[in-house]
Amino acid sequence: MDVTFWEMIWPALGRGLLTTLQISAVALTLGFLMGIPAALLRVYGPKWLRWLSVGYIEIFRGTPLLVQLFVIYYGLPDLARALEGLGIEAQFLVLDRMLAAYVALGLNSGAYQAEYFRSAIQAISSGQIMAARALGMSQFQAVTHIVLPQALRLAIPAWSNEVAYMVKYTSVVFIISVPDLLARGQFIISKYYNPMEILLTVGAIYLMIVLGLSTIMGKIERAATIPGLQMEVERG
Amino acid sequence: MSNAIVRVENLHKAYGDTEVLKGVNLEVDEGEVLVVIGPSGTGKSTMLRCINLLTRPDQGRVWVAGDEITAPHADVNQIRERVGMVFQDFNLFSHLTAEGNVMVALTKVKKMSKDEARKLAMFELERVGLSDKAQLYPAQLSGGQKQRVAIARALAMDPSVMLFDEPTSALDPELIGEVLEVMKKLAREGMTMIVVTHEMGFAREVSTRMIFMEHGVIAEQGPTQQLFYNPQHPRTREFLGKITELYGHEQGEA
Ligand SMILES: Nc1ncnc2c1ncn2[C@@H]1O[C@H](COP(=O)(O)OP(=O)(O)OP(=O)(O)O)[C@@H](O)[C@H]1O
Ligand SMILES: [Mg+2]
Repeated sequence: MDVTFWEMIWPALGRGLLTTLQISAVALTLGFLMGIPAALLRVYGPKWLRWLSVGYIEIFRGTPLLVQLFVIYYGLPDLARALEGLGIEAQFLVLDRMLAAYVALGLNSGAYQAEYFRSAIQAISSGQIMAARALGMSQFQAVTHIVLPQALRLAIPAWSNEVAYMVKYTSVVFIISVPDLLARGQFIISKYYNPMEILLTVGAIYLMIVLGLSTIMGKIERAATIPGLQMEVERG
Repeated sequence: MSNAIVRVENLHKAYGDTEVLKGVNLEVDEGEVLVVIGPSGTGKSTMLRCINLLTRPDQGRVWVAGDEITAPHADVNQIRERVGMVFQDFNLFSHLTAEGNVMVALTKVKKMSKDEARKLAMFELERVGLSDKAQLYPAQLSGGQKQRVAIARALAMDPSVMLFDEPTSALDPELIGEVLEVMKKLAREGMTMIVVTHEMGFAREVSTRMIFMEHGVIAEQGPTQQLFYNPQHPRTREFLGKITELYGHEQGEA
């Protein structure tokens, strides 16, 4: 691939990359905000909330991401129309492409993150919670000051994987015509007819991003390390 | 009424079909050091956990320093602050240093400032002989040191009574002495203590009263000397014989 060709395709790919990173960041954040409460409810919640959490987690882990994206982008507007037929205003269910991508990937990631956090939470000995309660902490204080600081650290390796997956999984959004990195690549292919070169370039960009993020996550993991606080051995 | 620090009335607790506590009555006065012995599974731990309501009894009432913790609208968390508890397996917070372990409830429960809490934490660590280990994490401490941090953590809350549930049972024999030493010092300072233990040397040396529990009830109790040398209940005698045989090495008798 010569330099001029690269100069020709880079602006488009660069914009696509930005979209990919933007969706990944929003989805991971939304997933985090969904995953933490879902995990806590699944472990500590009253029965009905536990079931609600299990339902959410299993539905989003058990169905293809593509289906979720379709339902959110095409299905919700149908629902909104049906509701309007009944006289209920539900325009908020009609999401534009980007918003649909954020919501679908965010909810999907939240289900996976919930499971990572759950196993981290369950790796913390119940004795520590008992000790916290014995000191006069409420259940809520025990969770926020004792359980979560440990669980978040324990979940970092799994979370790093989730970051890498997410950057790649965002590519499903080209199906609803969100111009992410892969979609831009495909568009250029249809323009210049050299699929292999462009696909390899796109693949290489994904790879570099994932490697870069993995390196950063590794640094975070090391910075957050506490002697003896690991997933396997849990004795305090 | 006496100035009981802990009063337990007609405590009942069952797990499923298993009746663990079948009517325990107990009164512990200020400054008393009560040692509780009894075979495995007779409800010693359950009784301790009922005192600060970590386990909710099915029936019965518990008072701590005059406040009923089992009352319908009791501020349980607030009453628990006055009951220090030390567990067999330490239960230190793995993500906090020795100092952090002592500080966390001071700042979060007692709402002390960080500086105040740190000062008090250092004082309590000093008291158990670990001021030089303040910055180490639990995984970097020996079992005996962990248990001393756990004791400091409980003491920092300024409790009216300390509950010990087999505090030395998880320790290697050579580490038991240092923990017992700290406990003896506490007893000499006048701390009210309820101690479940097999360490008969400790019991003989510092306890004022002993309780023999069996099958969910207090089978015999009395002044330490009496229970040791003149037990009334044949099962008490038998049990004492057995643990002296098993644990009769009397470490910590420095
Ligand atoms: N959370 C629980 N759920 C079900 N059963 C329990 C629970 N806690 C204790 N038990 C049962 O209650 C009985 C008394 O237990 P407890 O721990 O109070 O005995 P213990 O006298 O402390 O015994 P040990 O000397 O072995 O520590 C045991 O049969 C135990 O299996
Ligand atoms: Mg026990």
